[in-house]
Amino acid sequence: MKVSYYPGCTLKTKAKHLEDSALASLAALGVDVRELPRWNCCGAVHSLADDDLIHHVAPVRDLVRAMDEGSDRLVTLCSMCYNSLARANLLMRNDEVKRKTINDFMTEENDYHGEVEVEHLITFLRDTLGWDNLRAKLKAPLTGMKIASYYGCTLVRPKDVAIEPASGRVINEFVEALGARAVDFGASTVCCGSYQVLAHPDSVTEVVGRIIQSATDAGADALILSCPLCEYNLVKNQEELLQKQKIARRLPVFYFSQLLAMALGLGPESYRPDMNDAASVEFLKSKNFPVGSTAIRP
Amino acid sequence: MAIEISEKTIKHEFIEKINQLSAQDISMCFQCGTCGGACPMSARMATLPRKIMRMLQLGMEERILELETGWECASCHACTVNCPRGIDLARVMEAVRLLVLRKNINKIEPSRLPAAAVRELPQIALVSGFRKLTS
Repeated sequence: MKVSYYPGCTLKTKAKHLEDSALASLAALGVDVRELPRWNCCGAVHSLADDDLIHHVAPVRDLVRAMDEGSDRLVTLCSMCYNSLARANLLMRNDEVKRKTINDFMTEENDYHGEVEVEHLITFLRDTLGWDNLRAKLKAPLTGMKIASYYGCTLVRPKDVAIEPASGRVINEFVEALGARAVDFGASTVCCGSYQVLAHPDSVTEVVGRIIQSATDAGADALILSCPLCEYNLVKNQEELLQKQKIARRLPVFYFSQLLAMALGLGPESYRPDMNDAASVEFLKSKNFPVGSTAIRP
Repeated sequence: MAIEISEKTIKHEFIEKINQLSAQDISMCFQCGTCGGACPMSARMATLPRKIMRMLQLGMEERILELETGWECASCHACTVNCPRGIDLARVMEAVRLLVLRKNINKIEPSRLPAAAVRELPQIALVSGFRKLTS
């Protein structure tokens, strides 16, 4: 099995802590994934209009490149990339007419029919490594931590690309494999408001308040996620929500891969707390995890 | 306010356009409101999705295109996965947006976003926002 890795734009800058912690963890686990030598933006959102095929070309090009590399699988970390690549893949697999139009349009690329499997790192870890193997490799299990898994939208909707359609508990299983306690909370699949941060930031603040308070009420010490836009919205709004007494306290927010790197006993240069906000860094200090030199984000 | 609804006011071409763009059959909706109940943005919505669906069924083109609902949608698909009639409402909202955007109208102006926000926003926020809210 050959696995290609698709990072996506945000992981090279604003979400470097998502990428760095994941790649360092995979290296420590002995899992070989190679970044696609050439990739472009996935388009971030799947085009929903029936007559809009041009916007499918960007994610399909990435899939073609994975196929040309001889890869069976394309693994992603960012939830939005996962969703747009997986949906484009299903379209190319299932819609004969649109597939032909898109393939005919892409004159420089090989024809694509959905040959590559798009997978999120969480399910990839479960299926290729297994939770028991992961447990055996932990050097600093997260014993005593209560972690809320925030799935958001794009990992679970629509149903045909849900990372785990049956139970929707795969991130909770991951948390428990790391030795922490998975905290169920009502808002785990409520949208954070997404790109409405550009047009309706007040609506985003309101829904973020509901999500944070729901996780806090359920007893979570911290929340994990895999989407840089969710991360931005969930971190950015907390100070205002706290001042307006819409949330009881600031909830630390991490990428799932940061917890993985910590539990594997890797250093802060791998889990990159320098890119987290102050509340999250304080939480790590309280749990005796080294935080290195941290230029704190407000 | 009284609204006149008659065979004369129903814009069948508009209904057909929405059905084509969304690849959905909007006549399937029976206004149960599950969509609005599932919608994370509904708390501040003046007009909930089930009302939009009824207005679409009645071909009320001008009034629908003036409403804010489609622009408040975050395309999270909560309505889609919960609809008991199997309607993909996220696609219907996209169709409503596109009928405005395809007239070269921008809902947000990228050049007017505060520079500080552009610097700190993740790329996927800008790409997805521009895809959904600009022409």
